[in-house]
Amino acid sequence: MNESEAGRPTAVTSRAPEPRRLQAAPWADAGFEWLTRIFAFFVFSLLLAILVSLMIGSSLTLEKYGFSFIWSSEWDPVQEKFGALVPIFGTLVTSLIAMLIGVPVSFGIALFLTELSPAWLKRPLGTAIELLAAIPSIIYGMWGLFVFVPLFQTYIQPLLIKTLGNIPFAGVLFEGPPIGIGMLTAGIVLSIMVIPFITAVMRDVFEIVPAMLKESAYGLGATTWEVVWRVVLPYTKVGVIGGVMLGLGRALGETMAVTFVIGNAHRLATSLMAPGNSIASALANEFTEAVGDLYFSALIELGLILFLITTIVLALAKLLLLRLSRGEGTKT
Amino acid sequence: MSAVIPDQSVINSGNRIYRSRKRVNFFLLAVSSLALAYGLFWLIWILAVLLYEGGTALAQASLYYQMTPPPGADGGIANAIAGSLLMVAVGTFIGTPVGILAGTYLAEFGRGSWLAGATRFLNDVLLSAPSIVIGLFVYSIYVARVGHFSAWAGALALALLVIPVVVRTTDDMLKLVPNTLREAAMALGCPVWKMVTMITYRAARTGILTGMLLAVARISGETAPLLFTALNNQFWSNNLNAPMANLPVVIFQFAMSPYENWHRLAWGGAALITIAVLVLNILARALFRKTD
Repeated sequence: MNESEAGRPTAVTSRAPEPRRLQAAPWADAGFEWLTRIFAFFVFSLLLAILVSLMIGSSLTLEKYGFSFIWSSEWDPVQEKFGALVPIFGTLVTSLIAMLIGVPVSFGIALFLTELSPAWLKRPLGTAIELLAAIPSIIYGMWGLFVFVPLFQTYIQPLLIKTLGNIPFAGVLFEGPPIGIGMLTAGIVLSIMVIPFITAVMRDVFEIVPAMLKESAYGLGATTWEVVWRVVLPYTKVGVIGGVMLGLGRALGETMAVTFVIGNAHRLATSLMAPGNSIASALANEFTEAVGDLYFSALIELGLILFLITTIVLALAKLLLLRLSRGEGTKT
Repeated sequence: MSAVIPDQSVINSGNRIYRSRKRVNFFLLAVSSLALAYGLFWLIWILAVLLYEGGTALAQASLYYQMTPPPGADGGIANAIAGSLLMVAVGTFIGTPVGILAGTYLAEFGRGSWLAGATRFLNDVLLSAPSIVIGLFVYSIYVARVGHFSAWAGALALALLVIPVVVRTTDDMLKLVPNTLREAAMALGCPVWKMVTMITYRAARTGILTGMLLAVARISGETAPLLFTALNNQFWSNNLNAPMANLPVVIFQFAMSPYENWHRLAWGGAALITIAVLVLNILARALFRKTD
């Protein structure tokens, strides 16, 4: 008490000059904040910059064909006639196959890891599944072409043609000679690649279900499956759909793995066994060999279409996940 | 008495429903375990094939010091390994500071601002955006302007892939730093820039490093963005302003070729790249777990 009372007058009368560092601080602080803000703005504007540059790059075909580019199936570099229907079709079909196989499998894995696995196995098994995402896509492509395709061609495709090929209507999808490569093969390879992404999101959202909710269901005598199907899944519906969309976004833009096994044929086929083409694989195969401005412009417009589709899908996925996390007040 | 003991048929039908529920439960949980086995099956198969096919190529010393050969001749992939290392290093070197600074804004300065919210959202979209589109982007803003393919363009494309990964992890890791630490620094009269660089960066150091390692792991195997930027080069090159050989594109080209010796080299390169990427991933995880 005494000390502070004695100290006060001196502090008022002879106020020490502010330390030099404190004087310099406002400038340095503002400078640092602006530096980080500029870089944040740079990241913010990247997507827009990509969009604009692709639109400028494809201005020739955008002007010449307009929207008809999307539904024309012609692709003739020699006569300079271009349409994107075949690659768009291939991209959508392969991604759809990947989702049909990948989503149930990912759900099963997420269910196992959150509800069934003993605690000590959770981390190694979870890491192993995540490592599927770490393997570069070119490795999937190489393995697909040299190992999976021959096996698929000799054992599985003849079986599919003999059985599923005879079903009325749906049989059309499984017609044709077993040549190994094609849209079905690409879809199967893609389905393996999307598993880790979908599983990761599903695991995360399953973990946020309040234990009380699950325990109440168990207490009423529900089985594990009933708890998952009737309590966990309805509770996390939005997040699960977000995860599926995230996987879809990955599948749509996957390049190298698809390029190796899809067959790269510019033709519209009803059979899933037939070789096709996807946007990404068309770009990978043809871009460096393209001659002529119109050809280049057509390829860049393909990239633009791919960019728009994936951005919309990924943005939707992100919005769904945000909605879930906002609703529950937890991080996903 | 008869009112207390329930009818036998009621017990039976109850049991029947219960038994069928149990059966459904058992069956579906078994399917779920099979799903896990299915996932692991592909992982093990792919890794086994890589080691089997790439093992012999990896064991030959010539793989590491000879250049990529013409079809039919012996050779190695030394120029591709060097090119990959160089471009990944330059890409990481450019991308990491940008990512860290942008992530710093999101976590430290922009809390609640529209720029931070929008950037975080767009960054997450960018994180999963197709890498081939990034290649197209760099092609049209750089390669097409300069008029030739170059290692700089390749490194730039890789840097654009590094940025979203680093932004995301920096943002997440800085947000984990307790606010009391910041308040303590401020109370001592520490300027904000010093608080961020000397205190929160240090607290989040391993997390940010983890993000960097994951980013390096991701770009090491990227092929699509290099196809239109760095292209390929059959010879050793130290010139960043010219096309440069790199592992992924060499693997792509050699694997698609009909030549047996090129296939062997491609398998060697594939095994090398996968081992490197998996080691980086496991290292990043181990590092991150230590901080938990």
